Amino acid sequence: MKRIISVIVENEHGVLARVVNMFAARGYNITSLTVAPIPNSEFSRMTIMSEGDPKVFEQIVKQLYKLIPVYKVIESDDFIEKEMAMVKFPLKDVKDNLADIDAIARCYNGHISNVNDKNIVVSVVDRPDRIDNFLKAMQAKFKNLEIVRSGVSVIER
Amino acid sequence: MEMNGARIVIESLIKEGVDTVFGYPGGAIMNVYDELYKASGKLKHILAKHEQGAVHMADGYARSSGKVGVAFVTSGPGITNAVTGIATAYTDSVPLIVISGQVPTFAIGTDAFQEVDAVGITRPITKHNFLVKDVKDLAYIIKEAFYLAKSGRPGPVHIDLPKDVTVGKTKFNYPEKIELKTYKPTYKGNKRAIKRAAEAIIKAKRPVFYIGGGSVLSGAYQLVRELVKITQIPAVETLMARGVLRYDDPLLLGMVGMHGTYAANMAMNDADLIISLGARFDDRVTGKLDEFAKNADIVHIDIDPSQIGKVVETKYPIVGDVKLVLEEMLPLIVEKVDPKRYEEWRKILNRYKELYPLTYSDSDEVIKPQWVIEKTGEILPEDAIITTDVGQHQMWTAQFYPFTYPRQLITSGGLGTMGFGFPAALGAKKANPNRVVVNFSGDGSIMMNIQEVLTGYRYNLPVINIILNNNYLGMVRQWQTMFYEDRLSETDLSDVQPDFVKLAESMGGIGYRVSKKEDFVKALEDALNQNKVAFIDVQVDRREDVLPMVPPNSPLKNMLIFKEDK
Repeated sequence: MKRIISVIVENEHGVLARVVNMFAARGYNITSLTVAPIPNSEFSRMTIMSEGDPKVFEQIVKQLYKLIPVYKVIESDDFIEKEMAMVKFPLKDVKDNLADIDAIARCYNGHISNVNDKNIVVSVVDRPDRIDNFLKAMQAKFKNLEIVRSGVSVIER
Repeated sequence: MEMNGARIVIESLIKEGVDTVFGYPGGAIMNVYDELYKASGKLKHILAKHEQGAVHMADGYARSSGKVGVAFVTSGPGITNAVTGIATAYTDSVPLIVISGQVPTFAIGTDAFQEVDAVGITRPITKHNFLVKDVKDLAYIIKEAFYLAKSGRPGPVHIDLPKDVTVGKTKFNYPEKIELKTYKPTYKGNKRAIKRAAEAIIKAKRPVFYIGGGSVLSGAYQLVRELVKITQIPAVETLMARGVLRYDDPLLLGMVGMHGTYAANMAMNDADLIISLGARFDDRVTGKLDEFAKNADIVHIDIDPSQIGKVVETKYPIVGDVKLVLEEMLPLIVEKVDPKRYEEWRKILNRYKELYPLTYSDSDEVIKPQWVIEKTGEILPEDAIITTDVGQHQMWTAQFYPFTYPRQLITSGGLGTMGFGFPAALGAKKANPNRVVVNFSGDGSIMMNIQEVLTGYRYNLPVINIILNNNYLGMVRQWQTMFYEDRLSETDLSDVQPDFVKLAESMGGIGYRVSKKEDFVKALEDALNQNKVAFIDVQVDRREDVLPMVPPNSPLKNMLIFKEDK
């Protein structure tokens, strides 16, 4: 089962290792992980997406609470989820018009971020499942596609 | 006043009321040892012969006194040798501060001599750990470390101290109080939850108190005794809770679990309400989980929220300190409880008790290990402290020794660390110089920290080791016999026994070799009058098994009671 949690932690060295170890020690993969400081505070917010048995997950959440630098663990099924993706492909592979690519990107809250003499970079921001769709569309069009996904960030509604 | 980091360590420990540190010096921790030297006796130091020994000593000191144990070790192999000691304390919730030296901050990450990622190694086996990067943070970190070690669910805290930080100078200002935004243990239980649990207890037909280590750690034993007495509800104890009730308490059914009594396990099996007082439903207690306490609702009182619901579904969770929760709960129960209500239940359990009491078939030809433990219980004063190593002797001690108060039994319950008992006994003796301290061990376990005889000699810590010597790694041998068709793979030690008498004598101790009952009594009485570390090497029945036994992955009710049951 897919699960997303947000962990609010104190900004100090080693805290990411502590949090990640809870998953590693139980043989759980982290599907995606994003971390950034929360402005005007001594805390950072980590958003972790993982998959696994709900009972084990519940245990992980309780153990995370036990970590001294963890302030709060947020679990919700009413998150707004956003992820960013960037794709890069060679300019010479573009058969149709640049405007068409731009139009697809716009459907996913994105745009063409950069074009130089060799490559085009398109970036989009959307729900992870919609990012999947976008990437499928792009993969169908371009063979030499380089993809970077940011991992999901969430906020409670 | 300006002082260097090393001095700050010493002064902070003194401020915390620490009187004894156990440890072993080395390159990276030298400055701390230099300041220890200069402090000239304000802080006593026990030099162990191995870092593992030092940490177990600090652990035994802590468990027997309820205070925080402190150990110093150096970087690299110093801290890696300490790891087993730290993990032992962690699984049994023992408050320790372990301060390790580290290579200077500028050398960290360069594969420097005796460098190891110490905080990386101890992260999963400590309640918390610190790498001190600036001497200005040091005093605060030590204060925080003590606070964390003692508060909530106690545990070991490791401070990794780079050598340049011990040299760096700053103004020493030891904080009076500490408040952490992210750490606020819950001590007081939720009032409504306590009320609901009290009502469930009053209404239950077949309740049982399941007493765990939390009852010891929170200092709740008097309340637990009162609760049991007032309600007349039977009780079982975990290994970590031995002594919370007196051994002769008529309502004590004995230890629960793999080597628990038949009555205790059947009580758990048949109960309609199990009230956990700081016990965590360990796999050695529950047996096969699917079949555990099928008809029971669970009341679970624990200061650590992560324990509640971890193993079993809990209908009445109470997060809080056992003592404080019972203080609130007791009056609610006293008002309404009717001890007669459980009379039928007590009768059933007493029948179980009579049917299959804890027993062994004694012999005059060969010494039975259980006899040694019972006899020792008769001879020793009631306030003696008992430590154990790990294996058959540990279980026999838990079964047959007449425990009368909590913290009397000091044993590695969670991690099961062989080599724990002897150094822990030395630490306990240091904290309780006027009490008799006896370590029950086996011929396997005792070898694992035997070097510490010298420590006992040097610091005059006369601890008696009773080695129940069956020339086997007995517990593994028992499993091999029971579950591996008696293929004794690497467990027969009969061809490689040391001479324990000479071994003790060579390090300033005294040794006895005993193979007759009367000689054992003489040896123990003599050892009690000697002011020396003693080894009593008792040749016991080689093939004695620990019984009864719940085979691994079996339900509690399927106990092997007799040897022939297999």
